[in-house]
Amino acid sequence: MEKNVARAEAPESEDPTAAAEAAVEVPPEIVAQTLGQWFQAWMARIRAGDSGVLPVILGLVIITFVFEGISPHQVFLSATNLVNLFQQSAVFMVLAMGVIFALLLGQIDLSIGFVGATGAAIAVQLVQPATTKWPWWAAIAAALLVCALIGAIQGTLIARLRLSSLIVTLAGGLIFNGVMLIVLGLGPFSGYPSLAGSNANLQVLYNLMWGTINPTVSWVGMVVLVAAAGLIMWSADNRRRRSGLVAPPVSLTLLKIGLIAVCAVVVVAICNVNRAAIGTLEGVPWVIPIVLAVFTVWMVLLQKTRFGRYVYAIGGNPEAARRAGVRLANIITLCFTISAFTAGIGALLYASNLGGMSNNFPGNSLVLQAIASAVIGGTSLFGGRGKVLHGILGGLVIGGIYNGMYLLSIPVQWQFIVVGVVLILAVSIDALSRRSATSGSVARV
Amino acid sequence: MAQQAVTGASPGPAQLGEPLLKVRGINKHFGPVQALTNVDLDLYAGQVTALCGDNGAGKSVLTKCIAGIYQIDGGQFFWESKPVAIHSPRDSSALGIETVYQDLALADNLDIVQNMFLGREQIRNGLLNEDDMERSAGKTLSSLRVTTVRSIRQPVASLSGGQRQSVAVAKAVMWNSKLVMLDEPTAALGVVQTNQVLQLVRRLRERGLAVMVISHNLNDVFEVADRIAVLHLGRMAGQDRADAFDRQSVVDYMTTGASTRSRRADGDGEKRGQS
Ligand SMILES: Nc1ncnc2c1ncn2[C@@H]1O[C@H](COP(=O)(O)OP(=O)(O)OP(=O)(O)O)[C@@H](O)[C@H]1O
Ligand SMILES: [Mg+2]
Repeated sequence: MEKNVARAEAPESEDPTAAAEAAVEVPPEIVAQTLGQWFQAWMARIRAGDSGVLPVILGLVIITFVFEGISPHQVFLSATNLVNLFQQSAVFMVLAMGVIFALLLGQIDLSIGFVGATGAAIAVQLVQPATTKWPWWAAIAAALLVCALIGAIQGTLIARLRLSSLIVTLAGGLIFNGVMLIVLGLGPFSGYPSLAGSNANLQVLYNLMWGTINPTVSWVGMVVLVAAAGLIMWSADNRRRRSGLVAPPVSLTLLKIGLIAVCAVVVVAICNVNRAAIGTLEGVPWVIPIVLAVFTVWMVLLQKTRFGRYVYAIGGNPEAARRAGVRLANIITLCFTISAFTAGIGALLYASNLGGMSNNFPGNSLVLQAIASAVIGGTSLFGGRGKVLHGILGGLVIGGIYNGMYLLSIPVQWQFIVVGVVLILAVSIDALSRRSATSGSVARV
Repeated sequence: MAQQAVTGASPGPAQLGEPLLKVRGINKHFGPVQALTNVDLDLYAGQVTALCGDNGAGKSVLTKCIAGIYQIDGGQFFWESKPVAIHSPRDSSALGIETVYQDLALADNLDIVQNMFLGREQIRNGLLNEDDMERSAGKTLSSLRVTTVRSIRQPVASLSGGQRQSVAVAKAVMWNSKLVMLDEPTAALGVVQTNQVLQLVRRLRERGLAVMVISHNLNDVFEVADRIAVLHLGRMAGQDRADAFDRQSVVDYMTTGASTRSRRADGDGEKRGQS
């Protein structure tokens, strides 16, 4: 008892170095007043081990240089190949943007491949003019609804029965592999319903990946989108600066908007090159606005809504979230619903790319590729850290690696090995940055 | 026995009115561990009640039962004399109870503003209203003289232990609550911040709130408390006006569950407190 009182009465003074040490962990944009300061703070943060999206950008640059250097006839950076690359990556990107909702919770969703495939199989079957003849929109809606429902059931098992997400979604992947095969076996298509044909509904599904937007419309649409995004960013930052809140310097806001504009112009310019050997194939493929739409909606949901805030809170400290009155079960269920719903979109893109659905849908490797994309992009497997943007960046890396190796005619066994190694690398970066983040700061009670 | 004797010396309803929160006969066990046994506690509006007890006495468990984190096994809460059930943190905050937990319960990956508004985000046009939240959080923090943080937009992971505690306290007092419970709110604080928290506790009392403070620091306890309650091995060893205790009697209650000094003073608490 004596000891106890003595301990408590010992004067404790605040460690003056604590704040200074902590400074390196502060996101640069919130303390910098000028672009120069921002850049300095950013460098300090990278030296401290928190590199943000830097590794993945670096990875993209390396992939570009290596494959452009060694691909036959420098075909890697040709317009045809770049558009191709984006189309292949789109499936990884969309699946990753969905599975990030599970990863942010510190959970995992291994079922996205075959849950999505079940949805895609349903959509492709429903639009068949020889059998059910559904309009394309009804077929897509039905497919995504089924996916969302499956996700909700899995999420309920995980959130309310507290089953391990690993086991539930592993089992789910197996179950829906079976369900997908059953759905594909229906009708007279012997497991391979196709999207080929002149029927309008078949065409819409086929065009998700292969359709293009008229070049002029592409330019106009791009300008409108960039202007809208720029205006929103500018006015939000400006309002915060005027009212004296934490805000990035003007030059940084302009730099960001400029960067978006440059990327958009480059993408549209590449897409508007005629990519056909004979005839014309030009304009932005539909898949780009589809990916952008998924990105925008999920980004707003995660960054700007209560739901998104709670997702991060649960990933960071579920007990804190519970004590704050967050209904954990609802949020977790919704995350798995979103993951499965988004997987439906990804699998539809895959089916469109394939021109139909197939018994051989590679559900399991798609799961790994999607999770690899998210992690390579910078999302943590430990929960609480990650962004929708990571899915896009990581998807480009994975897509780029596959595409480059394909151009080099590297055999498939080596493709497996390379992508596996890249995944291990990304997970190591995640674990290392997590360790340096926790060792630097105070002990937790 | 000691409990009865001391309760007898409590100020009657004529002096203080009904307690804001009456805890009656609370039991709580974890497996074989009986953490709380038949605990009674009265928390009055406009009064600071210090909850004392040795390590493992059950102070934090009692706090969490009131906050709705733990479900009680038996007993009853009376809020403004009406029986109430507290099954979840939502129930307690709906009543107007705010808590600073000993383990702080902050999400490391969220920034200070996000943590302070967790569960009560302000919304404009369906989206988070970051600007207003940042302004209110800033005001609350500066009123607590929390000036050492570089930016209220830095993640809580980057704060020192004391800064984290300040954020947790600020988070609890920002709302229009009726009862604020602070579980060792000053354990990691520097001298200046400790004084700020004690000052804040007094201000909350002046605003007519009921305050419950858990502290091992008897200086702090005697400095701010109007009433003292002492837990010993999960039982309420005694509760009374602060002036009915002195340091030694509190220590006796904490260590043995009874105090000869206090019992001697039972009939004459007022006088002994003055001596
Ligand atoms: N979640 C739990 N599961 C099992 N036992 C628990 C749990 N929480 C508390 N206990 C037990 O209940 C008893 C009281 O713990 P409590 O945390 O309330 O102590 P305390 O008075 O707050 O001590 P301290 O001064 O160290 O904070 C202890 O014996 C502890 O081991
Ligand atoms: Mg405690």
